[in-house]
Amino acid sequence: MSAVGAARAAGTGHAPTVARVPGPGAGPYPGTRPVYVTGIGVAAPNGLGLEHYWEAVLAGRSGVVPITRFDTSRYPARLAGQIEDFDASEHLPSRLLPQTDVSTRLALAAADWAIADAGVDPSTTADYDMGVVTSNGCGGFEFTHREFKKLWSVGPQAVSVYESFAWFYAVNTGQISIRNGMRGPSSALVAEQAGGLDALGHAQRTVRRGTPLVVTGGVDSAFDPWGWVSHLSSGRISHATDPEHAYLPFDAAARGYVPGEGGAILVVEDPAAARARGASRVYGEIAGYASTFDPAPEGVRGELPARPGRPPGLRRAAEQALAQAGLAPQDVDVVFADAAGVRDLDRAEATAIRELFGAHRVPVTAPKALIGRLYAGGGPLDVATALLAIRDGVIPASGASADVPADYGIDLVTKGPREARVACALVLARGRWGFNSAVVVREATI
Amino acid sequence: MTNAITMTLDDLHRILAACGGASEDWPAGKDVHDHPFEELGYDSLALMEAAAHIENEYGVQVPDEVIPQLTCPRDVLDLVNGSAARTA
Repeated sequence: MSAVGAARAAGTGHAPTVARVPGPGAGPYPGTRPVYVTGIGVAAPNGLGLEHYWEAVLAGRSGVVPITRFDTSRYPARLAGQIEDFDASEHLPSRLLPQTDVSTRLALAAADWAIADAGVDPSTTADYDMGVVTSNGCGGFEFTHREFKKLWSVGPQAVSVYESFAWFYAVNTGQISIRNGMRGPSSALVAEQAGGLDALGHAQRTVRRGTPLVVTGGVDSAFDPWGWVSHLSSGRISHATDPEHAYLPFDAAARGYVPGEGGAILVVEDPAAARARGASRVYGEIAGYASTFDPAPEGVRGELPARPGRPPGLRRAAEQALAQAGLAPQDVDVVFADAAGVRDLDRAEATAIRELFGAHRVPVTAPKALIGRLYAGGGPLDVATALLAIRDGVIPASGASADVPADYGIDLVTKGPREARVACALVLARGRWGFNSAVVVREATI
Repeated sequence: MTNAITMTLDDLHRILAACGGASEDWPAGKDVHDHPFEELGYDSLALMEAAAHIENEYGVQVPDEVIPQLTCPRDVLDLVNGSAARTA
């Protein structure tokens, strides 16, 4: 307890008054104060680090390659967005290596980069003034596969004690918290491929409830044979063999998606706290967030047929996120789509966008076509990309997607980046089994 | 068959590095017999992980309930080597 008291003493890190004075955000209703993004760390298949990734995205460089982590010759799908130049021992202390899955190693490195980018020194900031909110959809698959192999081939005594937490969805939040001494309100959210946006939404709420700084985002990886089979079981994975044309969201030739690994970790802050510590940059604001759930499809686990009049929930999530941001559809300069790459899902998303904005009324993009779908990492990476679009006034293109069916009625950004002033972006994500999430980011109001 | 292999501090250093990762707080060759494991950068999980390896290599059981009592390298060496002496 005394250590906590010492850490909170005046003059260390954030001025305690910033967090303690009950404002409109205190209490159960978190209010509508802006929440700044002040740091970003990216681990993506086409680039490690924010600027390497952004450069690759604008140049249209793909990170989709034949999987090299295991022998895929007997599997129907063999391409993935694979991170190839990450040596964990260069980024993390060796004591963390025996206890971490590749997904956690990437998350820890991305968190380090985000914190450094924000210019925050966690060792001089009060520990209870910093929270961690992450999402993970797959768990520590590769680590667990290895330990399970020991279990059935040697016996229980051969299984690592670290398996007890290395597999777990919350492990990235826990490890980031421990490594950086962040003991404020922390949590983990799981919502298949939509969960990363839920983490950002909950981080926004956590800041509005009074925590000055939250490290948030999502990272996933599952490229061992067991993890790969779990990807394949969705029936949505592209069996294509040409990396450039394997994942073509919104294209007439869409044939499924390519799974990817990695994600993004962001530092989000209360504006007063960011100013008090002299934050050097603000990428923008997390202005709105909402999540909805689709009605059960007919016949799923014996449920009654979907009731008439209950459409999929994606449009409702977008509308509610905009409402929370106090914005209207005409305020949105670009939509970063979920972009499933599966024809009926692409059509459903195009319909939601067209009905909300009007046909061809807003640019739509899916830069994830270059790297695959990163599960819990996908939404936060799209948000990071949207913030860079705001910063640099350019909308990246959607990989090799080109031939959009006319009846989709969307203005998909194709064949290279499009220069445009971007003040506000809507980011969408869907997860299998009915998850929909939406985040609105905009230029910071300083 | 008797087990006369003696475990040295260097052996424990090697096993812990393999199980819990190398620690910057325990440079090779340093006499840390009586340094608490906490200061050496290893928690009870690292010791549990090492226990299975010690059992394999030295044939000495390190039961889970004993692990909290192993506070420094000397405790582990006494347990392993004492046990070996008894069986010899």
